[in-house]
Amino acid sequence: MKPGSPATTPSSTAHPGHKPRVHDHDHELAAPHAHAHADVWLSDVTAGYGDRAALEHVTLAVEPGSLLAVVGPNGAGKSTLLKLMAGLTRPWTGRIETLGSTPGREARRVAYVPQAELVDWAFPVTVEDVVMMGRFPRLGAIRRPGSDDRRAVATALDQVGMTGHVRTQVGRLSGGQRRRVFLARALAAEPDLFLLDEPVTGIDATTQELLMDILEAEAARGKTVVATTHDLACAAQRFQQVLAINRTVIAYGPSNLVLDADVLARAYGGHLLVLEGRTVVLDDAHHHDDAAPGERHFHDHGGQH
Amino acid sequence: MDLVLEPLALSFFVRALVASMLVGGLCAVVGTYVVLRGVAFIGDAIAHAGFPGVVVAYMTGIPFYLGAAVAAVGTALAIGYVTKRAGIRQDTVIGVLFAGTFALGVFLFSTIDGYVADLFSFLLGNVLAIGFEDLIGLLVLGLVVVAIVGLLWKELLYATFDPLGAAASGIRVERIEYLFLALVALTIVVSLQAVGIILVVAMLITPAATAQMLTARFTRLMGLAALVGITSAVIGLYLSYWVDVASGATIVLVQTGLFVVALVLGPRGLLGRRRGVKAITDAVDEAAAAA
Repeated sequence: MKPGSPATTPSSTAHPGHKPRVHDHDHELAAPHAHAHADVWLSDVTAGYGDRAALEHVTLAVEPGSLLAVVGPNGAGKSTLLKLMAGLTRPWTGRIETLGSTPGREARRVAYVPQAELVDWAFPVTVEDVVMMGRFPRLGAIRRPGSDDRRAVATALDQVGMTGHVRTQVGRLSGGQRRRVFLARALAAEPDLFLLDEPVTGIDATTQELLMDILEAEAARGKTVVATTHDLACAAQRFQQVLAINRTVIAYGPSNLVLDADVLARAYGGHLLVLEGRTVVLDDAHHHDDAAPGERHFHDHGGQH
Repeated sequence: MDLVLEPLALSFFVRALVASMLVGGLCAVVGTYVVLRGVAFIGDAIAHAGFPGVVVAYMTGIPFYLGAAVAAVGTALAIGYVTKRAGIRQDTVIGVLFAGTFALGVFLFSTIDGYVADLFSFLLGNVLAIGFEDLIGLLVLGLVVVAIVGLLWKELLYATFDPLGAAASGIRVERIEYLFLALVALTIVVSLQAVGIILVVAMLITPAATAQMLTARFTRLMGLAALVGITSAVIGLYLSYWVDVASGATIVLVQTGLFVVALVLGPRGLLGRRRGVKAITDAVDEAAAAA
C-alpha cells in the first residue's frame, strides 16, 4: 500500500485487508479448517522462556501474500513471535499452524533470518557461502550444490546488489551489506514464507528501499512476508499490514490505520486497542479499564463491542 | 636423507607414523568445528572422561579404544543432554563432568593390585607402542569420522554458523549437535594412544587455530588445519625419534611452534593485521578463488 492511499477494508482484526468474512467468535477460531487458507495462524498462544511469559493469548492469522510488519517496544515479544512461527520455540498453550501444519514441519518452505547480533560475523565464510546455505535444506544430507543452486545464489546476490562481493568474508561487510546477504540467503531458499527479524534495522536509506522493494515484489508474487521492525516510518510506508504487539496483540490491520499517531501512543503504552469493521477504534479507557484494569487480554470479537 | 629413511625400516616406527598422521589430520578436521564453535574446553573434558573407560578396558582385557569410546561418547552426549534439559550453562556441566569422570578413572586405577603399566602411558600416550590391530581399529574409527563429516559438512557448517537459521530451515540442529559431540569423542579416542588424555586437546585446537591466522575461508581453513596437523605429526615423530624424547609431547610442541609463528607472522595474525597485509592476502585469496 502506498503511503496516504485510502484504507482498504479490513474484515476483522484477524484478517486485515481481505474481503470480509463472517466469523464465529472466539474459540471457533481454533478450528483449523476455518484457517486453511492462512499461511500462519495462532490461536490463544502463550509462550516464553524459563518461567517468564514473553507472549500471552496471541490470536491472529496471516494471509498468503501478506507484507506484515510486527512492531512493538523492546521486550514486546516480536522475536518470540517469529520463533514460534518458525518452530524454533514451542508454545506453552494454544495452537499454531505454519503453512498448514505444525511449525517446523514445512521448514523447507520457510526462510527465517535471525537478528544480526545473533550471528558470529567473524566466522570464516564468504558472501557466496552464506547465500548457498539457503540451498542446503533442499539438497539434503549427501548432495553437493549443483548448477541450479549456483544459479539461484547468483540470482539472489544480483537481486540484492551484492554480486561484486561474492568472495568477501562476511565480517568485512557493512551492516547494510550483511542485511542484503542474509536476505539473499532467504531468497535463494525460494520460500513461501519469509520470517525476518529486524531486516531493516540500522541500515542506510538506500539499502532499506532496496530490501523493501524486494519484499514487496515477493509479496506481490503471493509469498508471505512477516518482518519485525523498530522503524515505524518504514512500517507505515512500506508494509501493507502492521501488527502492534506488547506481550499480546495490541492492534492488527492495514498499516495506515494501525500506525495512527493516537493508536501508537496507546500501543506503546500497552493499552488495548480493538479494530472494528472499517475503522480503528480506540477502545475507550472507561470501557475496558473499568472492566479489567491493567488487563491486556486481546479480544478477537470482530465487532462484538 | 638416511635420517629420514632409516627409521622407515622399523615396522613400529611406520605404524607410529601412520597413526600420528591419521590422528593429526583427523583432529584438525573435527577441531575446525570445535574452534569455530568456541568450545575448545569440550575436547579436554571428553578426553579426561575417556580415562575411566581406558582403565576398565585394561582391567577387563577388552581393547582400550572400545572402553574409551564408550566412556567418551557417553560423557559427550551427557554434556549435550544435561545442558539442553537442565538449564545449566555448558561450561558448568563440562567442569563437573570433566573432574568427576577423571576422578573415577584415578579411583579405578588405584584399585588395580600390584604393578601395572605406568600411569604416564595412559595420560600421555605412546604412539611408538601402537600394535597392528590397534592401528586397524583406529583406521576404521577414523574412516567413520571422515565419512560422517564428508556427508554432513553442509549441515555442520550451517548449524555452526547460524543455528537458528539452520533449525528454521529444517536442519535437525539438535541432532547435529549430538552428532558433533559424538564425533569429537570418537576423534579423541582415536588420538589417545598417540598423545594421551592430557595433550589431545592440543591436537584438536592448535591446527585450526593456526589455520585461522592464515585464511578466512572455511574449506581452506579446514584444509590448512589438516595440513598443519599432519605435518607437525610427521616432524614431531621424527624429532622425538632422533632426540629420543616423548613423541606425543614433541608433536604438540611442533604444533604450538607453528601456531606461534602463524600468530605473529600470519596474514591474519598480529603483525599481519598491523601492516595491512591482511587486505592484500584477502585480495590474493579472492583472486585465487575466482581463478
